[in-house]
Amino acid sequence: MKLLDKIFKFNGGIQTNPKKDISTKNSIKCLPIPSELRLPLRQHIGNMPKLKVKVGDQVLKGELIAEADGNISAAIHAPTSGKIKSVEKLLIPHPSGLPDFCVTLIPDNKDQWIKKAPVNWKKLGIEKTIKLLLNSGIVGLGGAAFPSHLKLGNNRNSPINTLIINAAECEPYITCDDMLMRERGNDLIKGIKLVQSLLGAKQTIIGIEDNKPEAYKIISDLIIKESSVHIKVVPTIYPSGDAKRLIFLINGIKISKEKRSSEYGIQMFNVATIVAIYRFIVHGEASLSRIVTITGNIKEPRNYEVLFGTPLQSLIQDTGGQKIRNNTFIMGGPMMGFKLPSIDVSVTKTMNCVISAEPEMIEAKKEPLPCIRCAKCAEACPVLLQPQELFWFSKSDQFEKAQNYNLFDCIECGCCSYVCPSNIPLVQFYRYAKSEIIAQSIAKEEADIARERNDFRILRLEREKKERAERNAQRKAENTSEEKSKLIEEKRAEIAAAMNRIKDNEKIK
Amino acid sequence: MFNQQSPFVQKAPTVTLVMMLVMFALLPGVLAYIFFFGIGVLLNLTIAIITALISEYFVLKIRNLPVKLFITDGSAVVAASLLALSIPSIAPWWIIVIGTLFTIIIAKHFYGGLGSNLFNPAMVGYAVLLISFPAVMTKWPLPASHLLDFNIAQQIQIFFYGTKEIIDSVSSATPLDYIKTQIFLGKPFDLNFTNGMPINSYFNASIIISLSFLLGGVFMWSKKIITWHLPVTFLLSLALISAIFWLIDSSQYLSPFIHLFSGGTLLCAFFIITDPVSGPTTPKGKIFFAFGVALLVYLIRVFGGYPEGIAFAVIFMNICVPLIDSLTQPKVFGHE
Repeated sequence: MKLLDKIFKFNGGIQTNPKKDISTKNSIKCLPIPSELRLPLRQHIGNMPKLKVKVGDQVLKGELIAEADGNISAAIHAPTSGKIKSVEKLLIPHPSGLPDFCVTLIPDNKDQWIKKAPVNWKKLGIEKTIKLLLNSGIVGLGGAAFPSHLKLGNNRNSPINTLIINAAECEPYITCDDMLMRERGNDLIKGIKLVQSLLGAKQTIIGIEDNKPEAYKIISDLIIKESSVHIKVVPTIYPSGDAKRLIFLINGIKISKEKRSSEYGIQMFNVATIVAIYRFIVHGEASLSRIVTITGNIKEPRNYEVLFGTPLQSLIQDTGGQKIRNNTFIMGGPMMGFKLPSIDVSVTKTMNCVISAEPEMIEAKKEPLPCIRCAKCAEACPVLLQPQELFWFSKSDQFEKAQNYNLFDCIECGCCSYVCPSNIPLVQFYRYAKSEIIAQSIAKEEADIARERNDFRILRLEREKKERAERNAQRKAENTSEEKSKLIEEKRAEIAAAMNRIKDNEKIK
Repeated sequence: MFNQQSPFVQKAPTVTLVMMLVMFALLPGVLAYIFFFGIGVLLNLTIAIITALISEYFVLKIRNLPVKLFITDGSAVVAASLLALSIPSIAPWWIIVIGTLFTIIIAKHFYGGLGSNLFNPAMVGYAVLLISFPAVMTKWPLPASHLLDFNIAQQIQIFFYGTKEIIDSVSSATPLDYIKTQIFLGKPFDLNFTNGMPINSYFNASIIISLSFLLGGVFMWSKKIITWHLPVTFLLSLALISAIFWLIDSSQYLSPFIHLFSGGTLLCAFFIITDPVSGPTTPKGKIFFAFGVALLVYLIRVFGGYPEGIAFAVIFMNICVPLIDSLTQPKVFGHE
């Protein structure tokens, strides 16, 4: 192990009140199996998995409920044994508040495992092992929920040199990774070595913020004899846990929005994801649970190891409920999370933290004043954007200019809003501008297709017209045969005869 | 509606607090000013602030904007104070009123109000006064006869009636003005004592006032209200430009020291060009802007028709701000 101490500081960022200690006093708690599990099928980025069970089916713990549909997808497994009660659209923890397909499972409380199938990856080979991960159900547990097999497998063109473990956990309040490191450090280190081998990486660097001394102590003790696993303490400056910011903090490489870290020989995993991969490969356990921080305005904040599909309600009840009742909960951190449309949702793979809203988080914000161009936001922007200009362009619908000022490089970390003396909800303006631009480009694409189709139609009509003309000309040419001319002459003679008859008749009269 | 979305936490001083801190930072300078130039400074400040608040109130009413929200932002008070501090302490009341009305109604609200004004409002008000009433605007009292032996009743009388004889008996042109005239006439100038002009006492007063503004400026910097870019570049540039000319011919050009500590140089460095609304936002842009102001200030002071060029320099550079900003964009993270 080496303690790497050279830090590359990114621009700006903010120092918030971390509020982490309120949920780290208690150890991770497991709850008894709830009376009903509700599993949304869409818990990750990518295609919705294909359902493999019917209503009424009996399933075992770890049994496949839905299989990954294509490569960019993730499977869903039964978190415990029981019976499938229904498949229907129900409320899911998503900012839209719209219902989505969920499988409801009634546990039989036997918690009976399916036959576990640990993977002997050394014998099987890396490629086949990674293919197996497609149906492990493992996705990035830091909150992004990107299917993990993709990150392990898609590196054949650019070999991975460094595995970076994201243990920064920079958002205030969240402590699930911190607690995982404190209590399951052994699994984490084994997992790190495993993933490092799967990636073929030469070294691993664990990036951890300096506000987690306990976790740091445990992890650095565990890796003291590891020659290829290093640890780097980064300052507690939000958003140090953002993937590209953390890579820069650790090795000074700036990766822009369009590029992936793998192009630079770097791959990054969150600590919880590493442990999930370890459990799948070494113990044959699919992704069935995660650690969730329940914190904020709550009687006994702590972390829980929760089966996916567990009603959030039961966790809140177990903590003793809200201190000040306002029935408002935020999923994720206070900087980038969102207000849960309802508390009647279940725990999913993306749910790393639920904050019972403190009164000041949801009170009506002060009336925003005009931007005074103080550029505090630009000083705070970790991407070095000019938020005051982007705001101006977004507000006045000058989307092209906003794009020229790299609107799409914005990571929506919220630092600009955090420091704005005029109380302007800057991030909302950027989200608005982004969605407008995307909508416009889709509309433009559709219009382009329609125009192309129309152009093609005009071309086709012209071609057909031309072809018809050619055909007619050909026919005309054919018609000049003698037979035809004779016929015409006969007709002409007939007409002439008829005309003569008429003339004769007139004379008689 | 807006509190539905992240971030749910915020920690920023309000615009009002920022403006109050600016006013607080002005305090040492104001006190030094009053000490050397008498109670007139205070009268100027008071009438300017009152006029600003009243005109702001009516404009907000007419524009149908939330009056309480905008009148408490403090921006009108700051603009009016900066204007008042630029006007001679023996100016009659109506000068202040006209200047302030121009500052608030035309320079600020005609351009869209808080956050939208293209030009520094106080400097627009000042420029209008200087062009319209050059005689009044260039007569300063003698700082030698400071607060203690300067008759307060007399000052109040000047403030309200502006009696010409009294003004003439206590006032004179500023040193910059005097020296410029001397150079223009081809006469030598003596910084110690010339033609009954106590220039030295002017400078003593000027240095102390300047240092007081510097103190306020450092306070604002420590509170992160301003960054170093504007004041440091401005002062260094002015010193450098004047040093070059001075070294070429010290009988024709004043030393950098005099340029830095006379007129409103320090007030300009920390309080005028640091106006965020009409200034550039990028760090590089701030450096270009401050250099431009310094160059123009020097050129106007030395070669222009006015003894002091800060207002015109700032207004001219304000026009260049959109260009400066667009040409000095910092490199976005990861972009080569």
